[in-house]
Amino acid sequence: MKTVKLTIDQKPVEVAAGTTILKAAHSVGIDIPTLCYMNLGDLKIEHKPGGCRICVVEVQGRRNLAPSCATEVSDGMVINTHSIRVLNARKTVLELILSDHPKDCLTCAKSGNCDLQSMAIKLGIREIPNQDIAEMSTYRTDFSPAIIREMNKCIMCRRCETMCNEFQTVGALSAINRGFMSVVAPAFEMDLEDSVCTYCGQCVAVCPTGALTEVDHTNRLIRDLSNPNKTVIVQTAPAVRAALGEMFDLEPGTLVTGKMVAALRRLGFKYVFDTDFAADLTILEEGTELLDRLTRHLKGDKTVKLPILTSCCPGWVNFFESQFSDMLDIPSTARSPQQMFGSVAKTYFADKIKVKREDLIVVSIMPCLAKKYECTRDEFKVNGNPDVDYSISTRELANLIKQANIDFHSLPDEEFDLPLGESTGAGVIFGTTGGVIEAAVRTAYELYTKKKIDSVDFKALRGIDGIREATIDFEGLPVKIGIAHGLGNARKLLEDIRSGKSQYHAIEIMACPGGCIGGGGQPLHHGNFEILKKRMEAIYREDKNKPIRKSHENPYIIKLYEEFLGKPMSEKAHKLLHTHYVDRRKKIIYI
Amino acid sequence: MLESKIQILVCGGTGCSSKASHSITETIKNEIKAQGLTDIAEVVLTGCFGLCEMGPIVRVIHDDTYYAKVRPEDAREIVEEHLVKGKKVQRLLFRDPKTKEIVAGSKGINRYKKQVRIALRNCGVINPESINEYIARNGYEALGKVLTEMDPQQTIDVIKKSGLRGRGGGGFPTGIKWELTAASKSDKKFVVCNADEGDPGAFMDRSILEGDPHSVIEAMAICGYCTGADSGLVYIRAEYPLAIERLKIAIKQAREYGLLGKNIFGTDFSFDIELRYGAGAFVCGEETALIHSMEGKRGEPTMKPPFPSVAGYLGKPTTVNNVETFANVPPIILKGHEWFSSIGTEKSKGTKVFALAGKINNVGLIEVPMGITLREVIFEIGGGIKGGKKFKAVQTGGPSGGCLTEKHLDIPIDYDNLIAAGSMMGSGGMIVMDEDDCMVDMAKFFLEFTVDESCGKCAPCRVGNKRLFELLEKITQGNGIKEDIDRLINLGNVIKDTSLCGLGQSSPNPVLSMINNFYHEYESHVVDKKCHAGVCKALMVYQIVPENCVGCTACARACPVGAITGERKEVHVIDTKLCIKCGACMERCKFNAVIVN
Amino acid sequence: MSRIKVELKKKDVETIRDICKSFENKPGELINVLHKVQHTFGYLPAEVQEVVAAELNVPLAKVYGVVTFYSFFSMVPKGKHPISICTGTACYVRGAENVLNEFKKELKIEVGETTADGKFSISCLRCVGACGLAPVVMVGDKTYGRVSPEMVKDIIKEYEDQ
Repeated sequence: MKTVKLTIDQKPVEVAAGTTILKAAHSVGIDIPTLCYMNLGDLKIEHKPGGCRICVVEVQGRRNLAPSCATEVSDGMVINTHSIRVLNARKTVLELILSDHPKDCLTCAKSGNCDLQSMAIKLGIREIPNQDIAEMSTYRTDFSPAIIREMNKCIMCRRCETMCNEFQTVGALSAINRGFMSVVAPAFEMDLEDSVCTYCGQCVAVCPTGALTEVDHTNRLIRDLSNPNKTVIVQTAPAVRAALGEMFDLEPGTLVTGKMVAALRRLGFKYVFDTDFAADLTILEEGTELLDRLTRHLKGDKTVKLPILTSCCPGWVNFFESQFSDMLDIPSTARSPQQMFGSVAKTYFADKIKVKREDLIVVSIMPCLAKKYECTRDEFKVNGNPDVDYSISTRELANLIKQANIDFHSLPDEEFDLPLGESTGAGVIFGTTGGVIEAAVRTAYELYTKKKIDSVDFKALRGIDGIREATIDFEGLPVKIGIAHGLGNARKLLEDIRSGKSQYHAIEIMACPGGCIGGGGQPLHHGNFEILKKRMEAIYREDKNKPIRKSHENPYIIKLYEEFLGKPMSEKAHKLLHTHYVDRRKKIIYI
Repeated sequence: MLESKIQILVCGGTGCSSKASHSITETIKNEIKAQGLTDIAEVVLTGCFGLCEMGPIVRVIHDDTYYAKVRPEDAREIVEEHLVKGKKVQRLLFRDPKTKEIVAGSKGINRYKKQVRIALRNCGVINPESINEYIARNGYEALGKVLTEMDPQQTIDVIKKSGLRGRGGGGFPTGIKWELTAASKSDKKFVVCNADEGDPGAFMDRSILEGDPHSVIEAMAICGYCTGADSGLVYIRAEYPLAIERLKIAIKQAREYGLLGKNIFGTDFSFDIELRYGAGAFVCGEETALIHSMEGKRGEPTMKPPFPSVAGYLGKPTTVNNVETFANVPPIILKGHEWFSSIGTEKSKGTKVFALAGKINNVGLIEVPMGITLREVIFEIGGGIKGGKKFKAVQTGGPSGGCLTEKHLDIPIDYDNLIAAGSMMGSGGMIVMDEDDCMVDMAKFFLEFTVDESCGKCAPCRVGNKRLFELLEKITQGNGIKEDIDRLINLGNVIKDTSLCGLGQSSPNPVLSMINNFYHEYESHVVDKKCHAGVCKALMVYQIVPENCVGCTACARACPVGAITGERKEVHVIDTKLCIKCGACMERCKFNAVIVN
Repeated sequence: MSRIKVELKKKDVETIRDICKSFENKPGELINVLHKVQHTFGYLPAEVQEVVAAELNVPLAKVYGVVTFYSFFSMVPKGKHPISICTGTACYVRGAENVLNEFKKELKIEVGETTADGKFSISCLRCVGACGLAPVVMVGDKTYGRVSPEMVKDIIKEYEDQ
């Protein structure tokens, strides 16, 4: 490999040719500040538009300052990252950015977690010159069910645009206008709700300021918990327990299931349940549907559509409803675990504890922003009352725990309540890419072959590649499985299916990188895949530790069918646990 | 054959077109028909003659007669008298704007005297819609020579040795640019002609495309041969319909003649050209922005490297040159690099086309050898300042350039001298300002342009230029303080130092050079609160000179806000607090009693 | 962004589709397509952009991003007699701003707006290359040179009854 020798701040540096100044400096312990730059290493996304100009450095012999994130090193370069010229320029540019940014840090949702704020602290900004005559670019704030866009706070780093277009290929956001009024927005500056946005939340996850934030339900939750007439219960998604600890400075990959349950109880939830229970239920419904379609297909039934696509990820559901609406008949009709839980809680469980539907409040803790939207969908309401009242993110939960003066570290490990808190290892692995399909295979295999499987660990289905495929031998029947995470990867897979290039029996798709562990509501991972891998390991560890690891063996699921639902895909199950999809393509208006 | 006919050329440049040169052409044509002269005479609408102030211009080629300020109703007389009777129409003959004497032929036209026309060699001379006329003036000979006698490297060497540098602004050596693309390995390469002329006050590219489109086509093909490209694209402003039309016609003709297409001149070289339209974004003059725009995207620049010569249009190696640069290429090939490099200064060879505008007598396009002084351009070719006013400054390089003053008048104009003097060549706009122009107001004007045209991608340009503008506005409104000047300088330097592309890197030039050259003027705006040029309204104070006032009350009656008081036949007084500085009183006063300070 | 809601006739949709087809529905031809579509419809309402986006398979947000980037593209219809005032440098130093203000005052609209009767709209443009005639005003295709604020009323009058 060809290397290049140069000097940065008097330090000799030798790096591979093609390295940027930023990385070369980092290799010798010099951290040049950056703002718009974003490196999502393993996702293969390096966003370096060279827009903020904070990372400029002085290169000897060069006319102007060089943005270190986007300038490659060359032999003999002499670089100064903190000359007076650089410091003055960096500070002046930041003052310029701040002069067009609201200064309501005290009440901003991103306060304390804002890259712009940190930069102002780092560079010691004390005043903004001529702020009194400085016009600010202002835009209407856009409230959607999941994401709030407050574009007055946008600094045009364009990270969200990259996530929405390059990585997710959703195309809801683009830079619009020109010059001072340029900003990132949906077409015609319409509400996000009217756009093709899937609420995957990846834009929120990378926004350096308070321009993109999640809809915050913590205040509503506090009010509900303090209402004596309401019974407030909670469900927690599998990925939450693998990441919540990070918000309390625990190592990534620390499992905090027991502490999380304890914290929720101390917050005042009447019952602390597990979405994993509903995940097991999902497997029963979805697995049965898979087997049904597969058997009919093998018998030569031409009306059967294969592959079957998983449907537990709401970002993914929104994506295919708007972008692959010609294929609405192939996803499974099974509702997501969040919604199955809500449906069961407000019928079966409400009856059990003799609480009226209206007085039972079901809250979910999700690694996801699209879940906030999912629970508002009309299909999931009975007489206007939603099955799940609202969803809060992992981040919101952590903030709530902190607000409530709960010392997370000293909490004891506690168990979920019964009956909706019992789950199997199969339910747990829903939280990572490949997990849903592995859980489905564990059940479908046994139901199809009527035999016990030797090992429940289908390693072929695990991994972090964006698109994976594997063939599982169902005793002579090769079942071909596809897996994708990230909507850009999903698009590739879908287009191959549409064109007939790929033949699969079943496909699992998750909108976010790594699956739910990398969801838009999780503690920010800043694209560091090492963190995602640790969360993934934690999920598989939890699976391994479970005494029961196949959904159909969950005793409380068996009981639920016996007492209430009958059998999978029964009429009652259909009504309560399945759904239908809507064509959300932009309709072209003409007469 | 066309060439044997008597040709009457009507200037079709925008200046003349707006004054009905189209209908002049039509009426002359009808008149020729009516007189039965169609076999011996024809009329042609051509590109800009560069005599805009005297337009519309009609030129009769065979006896080199220039008619000025012609109106459609003069057509009959011209045909009857000049063509039939052989008598020139005296009252319409071109007169020297200064001496008012009749000028005989192009040699007599003063403003042509100091000019050397290479890029504009055919403008106003040939019918731009006739490939035959272009060919008759050695057109496509250079392409033939290159394809049949020279290899690409030899050709590149000629361009390199000629010293030709990019005429669009940057001044990058053209030969080296071609060599870089030639050295890039790729299955597909492109030649792009940048015709997105956006500098306000500059219209040289337009004139070349309207007056001599084939020269650009020929040069693009030569460039394609040198760099290994088989596709050419012209990125042209949609606001230039005539230039687009002419280019389309020229491309069609070149294809018909086998000068574009497959196996040109029987060689295995193939080349063709398509048009792409700009849509009104100044930043698209920057080559990476231009390429994104051609790809159907927002015209935002990206970091270089990679340079377009390595990864340009559709990621393929691309040579981007502007119109004027290309127009210089065929003569260099035909006459040799020695000829070209004998013109100009040590580091800037050849000529440059300038668009003279502003407070100058002879407005229009000129092509002069590099090394000519501003004094020669402004006072000899340009005929000096309008209305006998005093020269104050000249802005070169458009909104990216700087202003030059009295002390720069004798500097030989070339790329490096202009930069050393704090300005730049740019695409060749030259705006002359006189004593009535305020340097704070002018800086504000140029910044308003940049603020409008900034793409918004990088923070210093997006926000910084806006802040510069606001500071200047503060000063022109009389609210400036001395620190504001320092702030302007620091902000301007940081914007130059940190912006992503050429637009932001040069946008503070006008304000910085104006502060540099006219510091006292800025100072008097912020310290004395005075605008001596009398432009900044807020700084003006209307007063009545008691000695002149006769108390006629006309001013008081004219004042829309009742700021003037005084008894009849007594001296009136303006309440400066109420005064809105509309100037109505001054207009009304017959005794010169109202003055502005 | 304020916009006018329009209903596209089936024929209009077909026209747009044909234009896209003439550029082989290539996303890279977006700007050429928009030019042609604007030439046909006079402006680019949202509904038109939706059809273009669908045909070229470019996200609608990106189409809008392009339309709002280039000043040549407009989402509001221009007046029957579009008035363009050149604000290039040469025209500016010769008083284009006063002329512009006079037009705004006379027509009671701002730059980029159209009068209520749809007759006039005002826009500014950068240098039409007629600096010798500065200040320059264009009404439709007709150019007026050396315009002074006093001439504005007469220019408007010329078109008022048309």
